[in-house]
Amino acid sequence: MKVTIDAARCQGQGRCFGIAPEIFDFDDLGNGVVIGDGIVDDEELKAKARLAQANCPEHAINIEGN
Amino acid sequence: MTIKPPVDDFATDWDHTDPQWVANPYPIWEDLRGRCPVAHTDRYGGGWFPSTYEGVAAVANDTENFTSRTVVIGNGRPGEDAPPAPIGVAPPISSDPPFHQIARRLILPAFAPGPVNALEPQIRELCNHLLDEMGAGPNINAGDDFAAHIPVWVIAKMLGFPDDDRDLFREFVHIVLEGVDEPQEQRIVSFQPVLEYIERQIEDHVANPRDDLTSYMLNVELPNGEKLLPEHIFGTIILTLIAGIDTTWSAISSSIWHLASHPADLERLVNEPELMPLAVEEFLRFYAPVSMARLVKEDMDYLGCPMKKDDWILLGFPAANRDPAVFENADQFIVDREVNRHVTFGLGIHRCAGSNLARLELRVALEEFIKRFPKFELSDPAAVTFSQGQVRGARFLPLTVLN
Repeated sequence: MKVTIDAARCQGQGRCFGIAPEIFDFDDLGNGVVIGDGIVDDEELKAKARLAQANCPEHAINIEGN
Repeated sequence: MTIKPPVDDFATDWDHTDPQWVANPYPIWEDLRGRCPVAHTDRYGGGWFPSTYEGVAAVANDTENFTSRTVVIGNGRPGEDAPPAPIGVAPPISSDPPFHQIARRLILPAFAPGPVNALEPQIRELCNHLLDEMGAGPNINAGDDFAAHIPVWVIAKMLGFPDDDRDLFREFVHIVLEGVDEPQEQRIVSFQPVLEYIERQIEDHVANPRDDLTSYMLNVELPNGEKLLPEHIFGTIILTLIAGIDTTWSAISSSIWHLASHPADLERLVNEPELMPLAVEEFLRFYAPVSMARLVKEDMDYLGCPMKKDDWILLGFPAANRDPAVFENADQFIVDREVNRHVTFGLGIHRCAGSNLARLELRVALEEFIKRFPKFELSDPAAVTFSQGQVRGARFLPLTVLN
């Protein structure tokens, strides 16, 4: 699974790094950023990534693969 | 105060200050979603109210067709005396692109999770100080003596206003609260001491710069190298005070009101404190305090409605949060709801800049409150009052502490 954030859509709602701080962090403006290359292998973390995606009000999180 | 005629049909004559709407707006919104997703009114000079998540999202994300130059619905159309776009009276909430992004980028770093999370120990200490002052009960007032004070202190801290002025801030809260329902002219008079106080604080920061939001705004430069205009600085301070205080206060007090009337949820949070982050999002969804306004830029057909230039749009984020098209069991409070795409902090470029701060204050306030008072109930359910207007929350909240 590869997780990315669409920076053009992200408005810094802060849900992703609240739900999955292992995958997401924030920048100086408070917008979400993906930690490292965004590749997630662990099943538990994959579920967290999907949950973060399902909670993003701006639909800014993209997930490729499963 | 003028007496308004009661609303007969909210689909054609909505009024967000109608007693029925203030007391319990949720059935009204549910009814509208079922038969007339965008309601109209001739009140306030004319306006529209999208009641669905889809309608709210469409308007919130559309800065081409709608302006933010006035975000609080007044008693008539805004007219020429309202400050023009794109700056507006209180940047960046009242600003449109492209100025909006410039004004917003200036303040976002101060409200990013890094600096905000650093306040957690101090907020926790403040909550405990307030709880100490409230005593052991059995009769306590969770609104006036607890919820109201937390955001006042936090905002004063961020702006760098002296700690010793805490009593003064308490007074300002009452002015802000009472001012909400006053006519504009009276509100200006009531606000005068607040405005003079802010002027003095700005002068003091000019003379004695320090590490806070006020000094930051005095020193920061726009991309063109110019300093901010005095009215921009003043507007942003007012915005921080008004947007940062009764909103968070409302979220805290409504959440405590819920716990006082839903003992099973209270018991669960006391026994499973790790659920608090999920519960906070559900409190935010279910009791979203804030509705914003927009103005229609030009005559157009939009969402199937013949909108006219300068018509109001009431952006009901709290209504969107109850839309069953987006939320499973939307009308039920589910303390451990996991999928919760609520729009309590708005959507798009005007997302509440203070959302990280509000979320932190709400979580810490609830954690400390239920630690101190693991069992409590409403002293008199009928005595609880709610604010009217575009910020909804429990105000008078007398509780009885139980053993």
